[in-house]
Amino acid sequence: MSSTQDFQRWPDAHGRFGDFGGQYVAETLMAPLAELTEAYERLRDDPAFIAELDRDLKHYVGRPSPIYHAERLSQHIGGARILLKREDLNHTGAHKINNTVGQALVAKRMGKPRIIAETGAGQHGVASATVAARLGLKCVVYMGAVDIERQKINVYRMKLLGAEVVPVTSGSKTLKDALNEAMRDWVTNVADTFYIIGTVAGPHPYPMMVRDFNAIVGREARAQMLEEYGRLPDVLTACVGGGSNAIGLFHAFLNDAQVRIVGAEGGGEGIASGHHAASLAAGRPGVLHGNRTYVLCDDNGQIAETHSISAGLDYPGVGPEHAYLKDAGRAEYVGVSDEEAMEAFHLLARTEGILAALESSHAVAQAMKLARELPSDGMVLCNLSGRGDKDVHTIAACEGVEV
Amino acid sequence: MSRIDRRFAALKATGRTGLIPFVTAGDPSPEHMVTLMHALVDAGADLIELGIPFSDPMADGPVIQHASERAIARGVGLAEVLGWVTAFRTRDAETPIVLMGYLNPIEIHGYERFAREAVQAGVDGVLLVDCPLEEAAVLQPLRQAGLQQILLAAPTTAPGRMVRLCESAEGFLYYVSFAGITGAGSLSTHDIAARVADVRARATVPVAVGFGVRNAQSAKEIAGFADAVVIGSALVGRLAGAKGPDEIVGRVRDILQPIRSALDTH
Repeated sequence: MSSTQDFQRWPDAHGRFGDFGGQYVAETLMAPLAELTEAYERLRDDPAFIAELDRDLKHYVGRPSPIYHAERLSQHIGGARILLKREDLNHTGAHKINNTVGQALVAKRMGKPRIIAETGAGQHGVASATVAARLGLKCVVYMGAVDIERQKINVYRMKLLGAEVVPVTSGSKTLKDALNEAMRDWVTNVADTFYIIGTVAGPHPYPMMVRDFNAIVGREARAQMLEEYGRLPDVLTACVGGGSNAIGLFHAFLNDAQVRIVGAEGGGEGIASGHHAASLAAGRPGVLHGNRTYVLCDDNGQIAETHSISAGLDYPGVGPEHAYLKDAGRAEYVGVSDEEAMEAFHLLARTEGILAALESSHAVAQAMKLARELPSDGMVLCNLSGRGDKDVHTIAACEGVEV
Repeated sequence: MSRIDRRFAALKATGRTGLIPFVTAGDPSPEHMVTLMHALVDAGADLIELGIPFSDPMADGPVIQHASERAIARGVGLAEVLGWVTAFRTRDAETPIVLMGYLNPIEIHGYERFAREAVQAGVDGVLLVDCPLEEAAVLQPLRQAGLQQILLAAPTTAPGRMVRLCESAEGFLYYVSFAGITGAGSLSTHDIAARVADVRARATVPVAVGFGVRNAQSAKEIAGFADAVVIGSALVGRLAGAKGPDEIVGRVRDILQPIRSALDTH
């Protein structure tokens, strides 16, 4: 890896991150994507837009989120200090709100009265319904029928916020199918509809725009590390489904060559079992949902049905910027199993009094592994991307407990 | 001159509007796929669009998605699709075949390998829904092997972009008659007529109109201003669940023949 390489300069003018990204969509979507790209590129340099976004992030989302030294967890593990970037403390309980606040402001300025979103775990759906309620926009959320069943609380939350939740029964009835269905809605209703994609996937400009709105996580964390600890962490880790919280943390550190970067994918029952969602660790380059990236598919190119205990990681693709960072050798991606995530969930709850989301528990598990490999003055910064209240029923069911 | 170009030249010479049926390869029945293809031609098809099943057909509506899911469940992949084209060609050397689908199955198969095998099987062109002009560099091996790349144009296509599409188009240009998914809603013929006239004036290739053609009436309206009409979801929907060659051939005849007559008498 060359220390002079600028990893932050992507995407290029065609929306590509090295060989990945792009706009692999039907002709009917090319015009709406061009309109969105033009609007977003104008707005992101507009001082009035930036000021409005900053106000919302501070007063509505509750930023900045703190970095918390998980002392008892670190002691329990032995090794480096584990530091948690507390995105679980944001309004609605996850990093997802950083992006929806931003995209909703774009929608408002583009004059679109209706927003649509896809959701897996329901966190992005809730975050979209939340900002829609606040701005008085109509909101329709597409959600796989399987996910609706395993995330009932979030479905009800969305309804309380005034959103319509549409069950998707095609394909594997999970996140990827919800994304297909939302894309179809957008193609059909593009005149009055803004599609808030919840992760750094989809066609350009989404991977760039969603990253930009989440990059505040890493910018804050980098400044907080320098201010509170006097140096950057040795290693960063975050969970990767589509990869929005991970790229949010990683981006500000990409050119800090001394900081190691590790993404934790949904390893399900283990990579060898074939039942997992580790697109980067075990997939191959392909084209899905409008971009070239790593995908899990069979030899006929059919997209695989993935498995992860956490609905938010249960996705057969991944954001193209992660695919680029993997191939460029700047970041590593590993699978963390359901079992390891559950162990980390319990350990964090008992040692620190924090119920982490199952997605984020994968990152905590990875942080524990990394901490063990480092000396006691080392530092592992882990993105605690969301809180675990939504997963209480899943965890109880897993352990055979009636709630 | 390619098979597609020859076919459109012949249509023009006789003043006829082309009929292009779309079927999903492997639905309703893999065993009778070649029979189905011949039945399409016997019922008046000028060119066949054969859909490569894909698990995530983002631009298609429920009818074609379900046909795709059924075909995948029966184990249909590129090898089977190309096998049917090869078998079809033993009896029909004239009807052009365009494979329609999404990029990932071809990407995974390998572009060069696909190009070689498709040409050998007797495929004439490809229409890859999620590969717009901007991303078409990956298709270079296909073009080099002689497969024509059919491009889509839409009502939302900006004027400057339309010029580029018209310049790059090969075989024919597929005009998507409204901004939706396959098999959706109705269309305003008047609007489409004006836009297609504009495209035809610029394009050096014929223009086929699709998305929303469901019966003889809508086909006839379009025939007045298009070089060809495409019928997809309405046909796939009618074929769903057909059992045995007789039922498949019968249903093809029932839906295509009235359209063929309407096109020939407009």
